[in-house]
Amino acid sequence: MSGDLKVALVGNPNTGKSTLFNLLTGLNQKVGNFPGVTVDKKTGFCKLPDGRNAEIIDLPGTYSLYPKSKDETIVFEVLADTNSPSHPDLIVIVADASNLKRNLLLYTQVADLKIPVVIALNMMDLARKAGTEINLDELSARLGVQIVSICARKGENVDALKEAIAYAPATPLQADTIEVEVLAPGLISKIQEEILVDKPYTALQYAHQHENLSFLSPTQSDRIEEIEKEFSFHSSKAQAAETIARYNFINDILFDTVKFKAEAENESISNRIDKVLTHKIGGFVIFFGILFLIFQAIFAWSEYPMTLIENLFLWLTDSAHKVLPEGALTNLLVDGVLAGLSGVLVFIPQIAILFAFISILEDTGYMARVTFMMDKIMRKVGLNGKSVVPLIGGLACAVPSVMSARTIENWKDRIITIMVTPLVSCSARLPIYTLLISLVVPDGKVLGIFSLQGLALMSMYVLSMVSAVFVAWVMKFLIRSKEKGYFIMELPVYRMPRWSNVGLTIYEKVKAFVFEAGKVIVAISIVLWVLASYGPPARQKAIEQKYSSQEMLKSYSAEELEAMKSSEKLENSYAGVVGQAIEPAIKPLGFDWKIGIALITSFAAREVFVGTMATIYSVSNNDATEDSVRDKMRDAKNPETGEPVFTFAVGLSLMVFYAYAMQCMSTLAIVYRETKSWKWPAIQLGYMTALAYFASLLVYNLLK
Amino acid sequence: MKLSQLEAGQSGIIKEFTDLEMSVKLMEMGCLPGEPIVVERFAPLGDPMAIRVSGYQLSLRKNEASTIILH
Repeated sequence: MSGDLKVALVGNPNTGKSTLFNLLTGLNQKVGNFPGVTVDKKTGFCKLPDGRNAEIIDLPGTYSLYPKSKDETIVFEVLADTNSPSHPDLIVIVADASNLKRNLLLYTQVADLKIPVVIALNMMDLARKAGTEINLDELSARLGVQIVSICARKGENVDALKEAIAYAPATPLQADTIEVEVLAPGLISKIQEEILVDKPYTALQYAHQHENLSFLSPTQSDRIEEIEKEFSFHSSKAQAAETIARYNFINDILFDTVKFKAEAENESISNRIDKVLTHKIGGFVIFFGILFLIFQAIFAWSEYPMTLIENLFLWLTDSAHKVLPEGALTNLLVDGVLAGLSGVLVFIPQIAILFAFISILEDTGYMARVTFMMDKIMRKVGLNGKSVVPLIGGLACAVPSVMSARTIENWKDRIITIMVTPLVSCSARLPIYTLLISLVVPDGKVLGIFSLQGLALMSMYVLSMVSAVFVAWVMKFLIRSKEKGYFIMELPVYRMPRWSNVGLTIYEKVKAFVFEAGKVIVAISIVLWVLASYGPPARQKAIEQKYSSQEMLKSYSAEELEAMKSSEKLENSYAGVVGQAIEPAIKPLGFDWKIGIALITSFAAREVFVGTMATIYSVSNNDATEDSVRDKMRDAKNPETGEPVFTFAVGLSLMVFYAYAMQCMSTLAIVYRETKSWKWPAIQLGYMTALAYFASLLVYNLLK
Repeated sequence: MKLSQLEAGQSGIIKEFTDLEMSVKLMEMGCLPGEPIVVERFAPLGDPMAIRVSGYQLSLRKNEASTIILH
């Protein structure tokens, strides 16, 4: 589907731009990528009052066209490149009326690109409460653009905005803002002539940003560089002069169009909340309280829906075995596909709860305060206050968290954050921990109230956080950078979360998880089932012959025979052969070849571990399909010693291994995309695997 | 007087900057010469600080604040 009109939403962060995007497009939206870069491109469609269909593009929030972080570079790129498939016919500037001056800076820059523009002025109610009276007609006349006052939060006046979009002029009518040519006399017209740019301000931006603009050819970029030398162009000085000129222009207009009443009372609401939430001691207590609540919720609230999903799959497996004819295809479907699917879908409740919390914390403005409180500590260990968001997000999944590190402007801070985020215990480790803890940690209470298993789980999370901080501190000394780190960040006023936004976020994340991770897990489950069910023909034939011999049939019952046969068959399957090949390497950690298979398959994604265990144990004892994986693992005996395989030492060693090992291909892939080099994912894979191996070795040998 | 030398609750008016790179970023965020600034609070560990400038709250580190000279 393509629209009749392309409309780009541009605005500062925290202006309600995303809410407006959701209002305009509803569920009719999709997330893709801008060509060549990994910046999320959110697009959707909106039916206009004149019957046309507008394609709405939500560009990343930015304070100016001069990018400070990776995401922001896309804004100018899309607006300047007329050949870009996302280049808009119309720009809607979403501006916060309660913070008009700073919001208009971006407007004046965008206006000078000479693309038709409409202003959607949001949060007029807040501005009014703060004692600001804006003369919209006068402001609109002075800027030469149509201004529609909206309230995105309540969904008010969106129809008026749609009308403004539909009937917006096709040519730019906005008034000129500042005199651009005087900022770099001669240089601008020369770039205009040689690179064939018709707008002076676009030419000036080329001078500032040409190195990062993908649509300019290397020859063009080099030529701009030469012109800059010729006119001794100084980027920072020119930018400073431009910003001052723009604010002068804005102040002049605001002086005539906006009346401020004396100090208003209302802004102190946010202030009063801040006094509590960023209090010296109380602030941290509340922060850790919230984290604790999130953990409790992830476990407590998800229990019921997870059991429901598990039971559904048990029933499906059971019915499938009853209804479908026996054979290899049925086995593949049930033990391969269904087992794999249940492994994915069972995580949905936990992922939904975690993302609900994260999106509420961000939406209310609390996350910015956490960043503010933690910056000093984070800086000490080589991170940045803004690293808190990816690290907390890492509790859900490292993949979106590594992407969210883009908001960190400083390169070194960002790289270290990306390198340690996968150490944070993600939701894929959760089922592994839950399974192993219930196997090896007794179900008792400490001090009468704390469950022993719960404490064990919490220790794994503490271990992950401590490790992430420690590794970051080490890397601080290893990674060199000349760039100065800085932390200039808006603290938005507190607001109630917008539940529809929270709902949409959950929906998007769960969908991404089910489809992205699901594909991998189901594929691996199928491959694994094949590898575990078939083996080198000569060996398999020998087993068949051995168990059909008269001698065997006499000395064992049919049931015993069946169990022995299937376990020997697994041992001699392709998976078994591979598992046994790596057994010498993992034996010192307490792992046998069956665990070895799980380690290999879960290299693609950790959550495959449980599925692999399920597949291996359901292949090896065919009769007990209704048993849970846990029971099967508990019954597993070491064939040499007759002792249980999963002892306390093995369980803990395995948990520690999963805590550190880089068992996630998606994370490696995203780190490659984000750092644009294989160097960083390679280092990450190396250090994490080494850490995992030696930590497991230590744990196993201390406990065995 | 540098901005970083103010206590919570104190205010001042921006005169100039000592660091060009930093000034570009600060000015974009509304910290312009002539603009009044109020220090609202410090983070629990004493750094960064939160200031009110052109009608909103901005947080910045003390060493960044030390590049802002007040009248």
